[in-house]
Parts: sequence; structure tokens; C-alpha cells
Amino acid sequence: MNNIIEITSLRKNYGEIKAVNDVSLSVNKGEMFGLVGPDGAGKTTMIRILCGLIIQESGVVKILDKDRSQSRKEIQKNIGYLSQKFSLYGDLSVDENIEFFAEIHNVKDYFKRRDELLDFSRLKPFRNRIAEKLSGGMKQKLALVCCLIHEPKILFLDEPTTGVDPVSRRDFWKILSKLLKDGITIFMSTPYLDEAERCNRVALMNAGEIIALDTPQKIKEKMNKQIIEIVCSPVRIAYQAIKRNTMLEVQMFGDRINVVVENYKLELPSIKKALTENKVQITDERIISPSLENVFMHLIKDAE
Amino acid sequence: MNSIEVKNLTKKFGNFTSVDNISFNVKQAEIFGFLGANGAGKSTTIKMLCGILEPTLGDAIVEGQSVAKNPDRVKQNIGYMSQRFSLYNDLAVGENLDFFGGVYGLSNQKLNERKKWVLKIANLEGKENLLTGSLPGGIKQRLALGAAVIHQPGIVFLDEPTSGVDPISRRNFWELINELSSEGTTVFVTTHYLEEAEFCNNIIFIDDGKLIAEGNPKTLKTKYLDKPILEVECSSVIEALVILEKSPFVDETSIFGNNIHIIVNEKYVEEKQITALLEKQNNITVKKISKIVPTLEDVFIHLLEMDKKK
Amino acid sequence: MNLNRTRAIAKKEFKHLMRDVRLLAVLVFSPVFLLGVFGYAVNFDVHHIKIVVYDKEQSKISREFINGLTQSTYFDLIGYISDDSYIREVLDTKKAQCVVVIPVDLSQKFYSRQEAKIQYLIDGVDGNTANIIQFYVTAATYSFSSKLSSEVLARSGMRSFLPLNFEPLFWFNPDLKSTRFLIPGLIAMILIVTAAVSVSLSLVREKERGTIEQINVSSIKTSELLIGKTLPNVLLALLNATMILVVGYLLFDVVVKGSILLLFFCTLIFLIACTSIGILVSVISDSQRLAFSIATSLTMLPSFILSGFVFPIESMPVTVQILTNITPAKFFIRILRAIILRDVGVYAFWDQLVYLILFASALLTAAILIYNRKEKNN
Repeated sequence: MNNIIEITSLRKNYGEIKAVNDVSLSVNKGEMFGLVGPDGAGKTTMIRILCGLIIQESGVVKILDKDRSQSRKEIQKNIGYLSQKFSLYGDLSVDENIEFFAEIHNVKDYFKRRDELLDFSRLKPFRNRIAEKLSGGMKQKLALVCCLIHEPKILFLDEPTTGVDPVSRRDFWKILSKLLKDGITIFMSTPYLDEAERCNRVALMNAGEIIALDTPQKIKEKMNKQIIEIVCSPVRIAYQAIKRNTMLEVQMFGDRINVVVENYKLELPSIKKALTENKVQITDERIISPSLENVFMHLIKDAE
Repeated sequence: MNSIEVKNLTKKFGNFTSVDNISFNVKQAEIFGFLGANGAGKSTTIKMLCGILEPTLGDAIVEGQSVAKNPDRVKQNIGYMSQRFSLYNDLAVGENLDFFGGVYGLSNQKLNERKKWVLKIANLEGKENLLTGSLPGGIKQRLALGAAVIHQPGIVFLDEPTSGVDPISRRNFWELINELSSEGTTVFVTTHYLEEAEFCNNIIFIDDGKLIAEGNPKTLKTKYLDKPILEVECSSVIEALVILEKSPFVDETSIFGNNIHIIVNEKYVEEKQITALLEKQNNITVKKISKIVPTLEDVFIHLLEMDKKK
Repeated sequence: MNLNRTRAIAKKEFKHLMRDVRLLAVLVFSPVFLLGVFGYAVNFDVHHIKIVVYDKEQSKISREFINGLTQSTYFDLIGYISDDSYIREVLDTKKAQCVVVIPVDLSQKFYSRQEAKIQYLIDGVDGNTANIIQFYVTAATYSFSSKLSSEVLARSGMRSFLPLNFEPLFWFNPDLKSTRFLIPGLIAMILIVTAAVSVSLSLVREKERGTIEQINVSSIKTSELLIGKTLPNVLLALLNATMILVVGYLLFDVVVKGSILLLFFCTLIFLIACTSIGILVSVISDSQRLAFSIATSLTMLPSFILSGFVFPIESMPVTVQILTNITPAKFFIRILRAIILRDVGVYAFWDQLVYLILFASALLTAAILIYNRKEKNN
């Protein structure tokens, strides 16, 4: 059993909207799989189907070699789900929250596991604190601990780092890497492409469909384009000037713009001309290897 | 000219000091980044600047009005938008705008003019009757920002406006922020995504209610981080991160995409130290090690770690 | 069904109840407060009817008659009037509920052995009270009249004789106190409203917070979730019921004549029926506001109007009589009256218990079916 999750021709509609449109993919045992896409791409719907919270219109989902719609009980025992909302009971303490989730999963002897989880999430000093009074990062960790108490084999994370500061995000990723080492398979959705870079494999999703699926490295290689990065100011004017005058694909990144080209030697002169004509001051220009974010924006553009 | 002047602003809840004697200025029409970890006191500060919460000590002058003395006057001159609450999902687009316009005292011709403007910036012209809840996230966000400035305030506060939003929508949103600022509106914004903070003209960092750093993105990167910072590209990123974290020549570690950034100390001499540690002892392939100019995120994490050590 | 998981839900629910002290205080004390308010306000006993007398004759007989009236606690003599034109004013301004007009020829008619007529002008706005006033004045007039006639007969050396008289004996509520009759109804109404509302809110709250997702993703069964949610609320409602009975005894002298154990057992069955309403409501609604309004409107009015609490079901039109089955309060009130007032055993009302059990099972089944369908399609 190498594919821990196997999805075939999955569909789910909400009225006219095709939230998930004929998606097939498989997830390897022990990998971290990232589902990336813009808002409304169907990421959450996918995860909710996989977790058995909603039922698909058609298609087959197999988890741990069992049919999702037939072996619900067996599957639920082996999965954990962290939703966007960090479902916790604000009026219960850290310990009580964990205890509750242990009990509804019918875990009898959870004390040792609880202590371990509290230790490595560094929540132990706060175990008697009411969940409401925890900071955002701690709430997120507690929510994660709650869905790990029954030792699931697969962990589903729906946009887990939304609204969490960089330091807490880093801690969170450390916990995830420990889980991976323990052999847990992680299936996560995220709108952040820097996080997607860390996944073993990534599926880019747009308008209910998978538009790319591979390792981040291969996805980037497949783009087969060059990226010119130009640090300049004002960035906005530069962006519009290149768009208007060259018909090239331009992406804005903070204080710089990226231009997607086939061959930089051919295109660079016309780009520079457009910029100087519009009185844009160029600080730096260089060729960079495409990031997942470059690829993503490129692909979404194609899809439109 | 200053849009906000904060002087010794302090807020205590019982024994707990949420905001501890902070002072800073925000210039007219600039994009001002307000950064800090969760629970650092950002929301409390914003609430005080908006005139919702009374300061325990100190004062802030927002658009010429004192938040301590005239909180109600302050409220008339500001706009506010957050990720948590912005619009009523069960009302139509037009109804939401009528509501917010009405709350800020707009009527008749003025209201219609401003509604048209908001619909234009949100790309919702002719779609006033759509239910707000049915809009895609990015559009809804633009609409929320439009609603927050429907009364043309001098300053708008954005509390984590792009949290949970995909890169494309986030870009479009920042374009809109730029537009507002170039039209003369001061934008006061908090975010957890530090690549966004690079767009800001000026930034302050707070931690535990105290101001720990301020300046423009360029000075922050040079002034507060004097040690060398290296980017390590390797396999098993997080595993490598945990190993590097414990090694004596590394002060701090953080993770960027699938690269690791490390701040090294005087015990670090050459790249071999890293390759030896990762490749020989732990079987991790190192692809590239390069010295880099720090990003704001490097600075941010560094400042927080320093503050914790104190 | 897994008892551990059910207990886990119940335990957590119990903690939620204990943690919010203000809410807990409201839940525990509001039923008693309601009982106090209702018990004193909803009272159909009529005493101290305010009367005004227009004595046109002012004779010995008329004074005797007035004395007879005012000696009972039923009537309070407010004053006399001396002109027809005041009658209207007295009734209009509600100075009196009844004006007694004694004709100018009362004595004359009496001595000439003719029938004299005493006129009672009763404020008929409140039909119920007016009926009772009419009953009292009729009785008063009748007794005065027979007293007079026996005096007359005695004077002529004969004993008076009435071929038939009546001696009503009111069982179960000997002095016909309406509170005694109403308290079972109040208990039913208060319990059904509080139990249904609190249960419906607790499940909807999880939907609003999003915590329901984590529960759904575990292997817990819908029945385990719903039963676990219900248990603490049923216990709380049982506490409420006990407090109401104690307060009912202290304030309104309502004594439980029958078996307390039987009473609690029946109350438990009733509460399960009530909470099943709450569960069905919470399955249907997605916001606490909606759940609250549906739960109150499904329980409050039906248990007041259709349960036999105030208005006898037997005198309702047939279609309405059928409609009365929508409220479990109807069955419970019959049981309560049987136990509290009559001290009868389960043989007298077992059919009502069966109704309650059927009611609860039907609603719970519907709730589970709807929940399973709804949760999986959005």
C-alpha cells in the first residue's frame, strides 16, 4: 500500500458552481502533500470530502485502501482534521480540550500521549489556561494537538497558518516535520506558496480543477521560462508600462517586478526601453530561477 | 505633516500592561506598517487609535483629534477594516454600502457618488444586487476596504487585511492600498506577511507592548541585523533546520520557502562547517549556501528572539 | 452506541454549563421566578367583588339583604348611590364590578306575596369574572329568598320545605383554589420552554463556533452526540422541576399527594420529549437567534393554549383538539394533575406516558435523519 489516499474522478457541485471538477490524484504514504490555489478554487471542499464531512456527487475516494463512503468508521479513527477556524472550546482549559477530543475518539489511556504532545508543542506551562486566553499561535498548536491525540495516520490541515505570526509559523512547521518523521501523512491546503515549496508534492488547484501536480522542483522546471527580476521605482508605473508596451507577463513582488520571458536577451532591450520612456528608475536587474509563486501566477493566467 | 502622533501611549488591564509607553509618528499619506507577533498588543493599540478604547496613560493625536479627549471626533475621521469583520454577508453589495454610507452620515448625491466609486474599485459595477456572501474572497476584500473609506477619511486602519488570501488577490489588494495612499489617504496596516511589509514607507515593530524597532524597510534591515545571514538550500529542510538550530555557530534559524536562513556568530568560519554537519553527520544534501541581504522577516524573527532573551 | 463517547459529550456539556456562572444562575432560578410571577398573576379565584348599592326603598328588608351580601368575603361594599345616572359612571370608572339595584317596592311586593326583582348590573368586559359574579349573586339572592320564605311560613305555623337541595363536595381541590389546578400546567410550561430552548442553543452554538466539524470528523455517531448533548440539560431541568415543586408548596400550598418517585419518573420522560423538540430545532437552524425563536414559539404558546393548562381541551373544536397533540405538555399536565392532586397510580394515565414516549421517539428519529442528510451536503 503505497498510496494512502487515492482519488478518482471526484466531483462536487454547489448549484451552478463546480467546486470540485473531475479531480483525480493520489497521495503517497508518509509524504506532505500540498493543495494550493486561490480563494474559491475548491481546496476546502476537497479536504472536507476527504474528511467525510460532506459527500461527493460522484467519483471514488479511497483512504488507507478503504472506500470513503463505505468504511466511514474505520477511516475516521485514522484521520485528524484541523479546520481553518481552529475548533476549540474557548471556555475549557487546554487539558480539558484535549481530554474531550480524546474521549470522543474513544481513546482510553490518553494521559501519556497528552503529556508528550504538550511537551513538544511547548504548551505544558499553559495546560490549565482557558483556551480563549491563549495567543493565536498557541491556539493553533492546541488545535493541532487535539487532532493528534488519537494518533491518526493521516492529518488534514486546512489553511493552518492563516493569521499566525512568522515565529509561531516556524514553530508550527517544526511540529509538522516531527510528525512526518513519525510516519504521519500530511495533506494540507494553503494559499501561501512559500509554504507549498516545503511540501513533497504539490497540486495547484484553480476553479475546481488540478492544473499542475508534481514536486515543487519539477513544477518549476516544467514552466520552462526565464524570469527577469527588476528592482525599480515606482513599481506600479513600471508594471503598467511593461504590460502596455511589451505584451509580456509581468508580476509584482514588493519592491520589484518579475517579467516572464522565453529568452531574456531578446526581450530585455524592449523592457528597458518601456521603463526609461516612463521615467522609471532601475536599481537592479537579474535573471532568477522561477519560484512556485511565479509558476502559480503564470498557470492561473493561462487558465483564464 | 503628521497624520498620527502617538505620545507615551499606555494601556493596562488590571496588572497586565498590554501597551507599554509607546511613541511614534505617522506621516500624511504614507503606508505605515505596524508589526508584531500574536498578542503583542497590536489590536489594543489600534483600538486606542480608533477611539474605541480609552488609554490608561498618554495620548495620540489622530487627524488632529486627541483620542483621550475627543474619541468621538476621532471616529469621524478614520476608516477601519479587519479580516474578522467587515461586511454583512446576508446583505446585497449595494445594501452594505448604503449601510456604511449611512453610518458615516452620507446621503443622497454624495452617497451615490461614493457608492459608484467603491463599486468601481471593487470591480463590481452593475453588480450591486449580488449577495455579499457569494462574492469571491479577493473581491469581498476590496469591497470591504471601499466600504471602510466610503466617507473619505484622512486615515484608514487595516487590521490583517490579507490574512488567508491567495497571492493574486493579495497583489491586487496592495495595488488598491497604493492607490489610496497616492490619493492622499494615510494607510495604517498590520500584517503577518513580511514580504508585504516591504511595501510600507515606514514600519514599527512591537513586542510585549513595547516598541522594539522602527524605520523604513531599508534601515531596519541594516540597523538591527549586524550579524551575517546565510541562506542554505538543502534537502529535508525542516530536519536540517532543527539540526542547525542546535549547532554552536548558529544564533538563529528561520525558514523561507524551502530554504533555511541562519544567523551565524563568531564561531562560524566557513561553509564546510555546515556541509560537514548536514551531509556527513545527517545525510542531508546541501545544494547551495550563500550570504544574503536579510529580508524583513529575518529582521522580525531576530528582533523577537532578542526580545525574548532579555 | 458507545457509552464512553456519549459520556464525553455529556461531561463537556456539563463543564460548559458550570463555566458560565451568570447563565447558570439564569437557567436555575428563572423557572422559580416565573412560577412566582405566574402563580400570583394567573389566578381565577374571584374574591372581594366590589359592589355599589342603589337602595331605592331603604326598608328593613332591603337593609337585611345588603347585610347578608356584605357579610361574605365575596363582596366588598364600596358605597351607595342615590340616582340612576350614577350607575353608568360607577361601572365606567371601574369603581365597582357590580351595581345592586333594590326596587322601591321590595317590601310591598313581599307582604303582598308577589315576586320582587333585584337587579344586578355586572361589568361584562371580563366574561369569566362576570360569570363568577353572576353565580355568586344568584346564590346570595336564592339563599336570602329562601330565608325570607321560611320566616313567612314559620309565622303562619308551617315549616319550610325544599323538595331538593344540593350539597356539592369538591374532591381533590376542596376549596377550589385555582392555583392548585394551575401549578401542574405551569410546571409543564416552564419545563418545556427552558428544556427545549437550552438544548437547541447548545448544539447551534457548536455550529456557529465551528467546533461541530471536529466532532463530525471523529467516529462519533449522531445518536451519541445528540444524547450526550441532552443529558446535562435533562438533569438541569429535573433540578428545575424539583425547585418548582418546593416553591409551589411554600408559596401556594401545593402538596404532592401521590408518589414522588413516580412523579420524577414521569417528569424524566416528559423532559426527554421536551429536549427532543430542542434537538429537532437545533438540527434545522444554523444560528442561535433562529433556534431561539423557533424553540420558544414551538413551546411557549402551545403549552399555554393547547395543553389544557388554562382552557379545557374538551370544550375546543374537534380540529383544535387534534392540534393539541403537538405539545407534550398536554400529556404531562394530565399526569401531573393525576399525581399531584388525585394521588392515583400509573394505571390511570399510562396511555399519556406512551404518548410522550412516542412523541420523543418520532422527533428524535426525524432529527437524526435530517442531521445526517444536512451535514453531509453542504
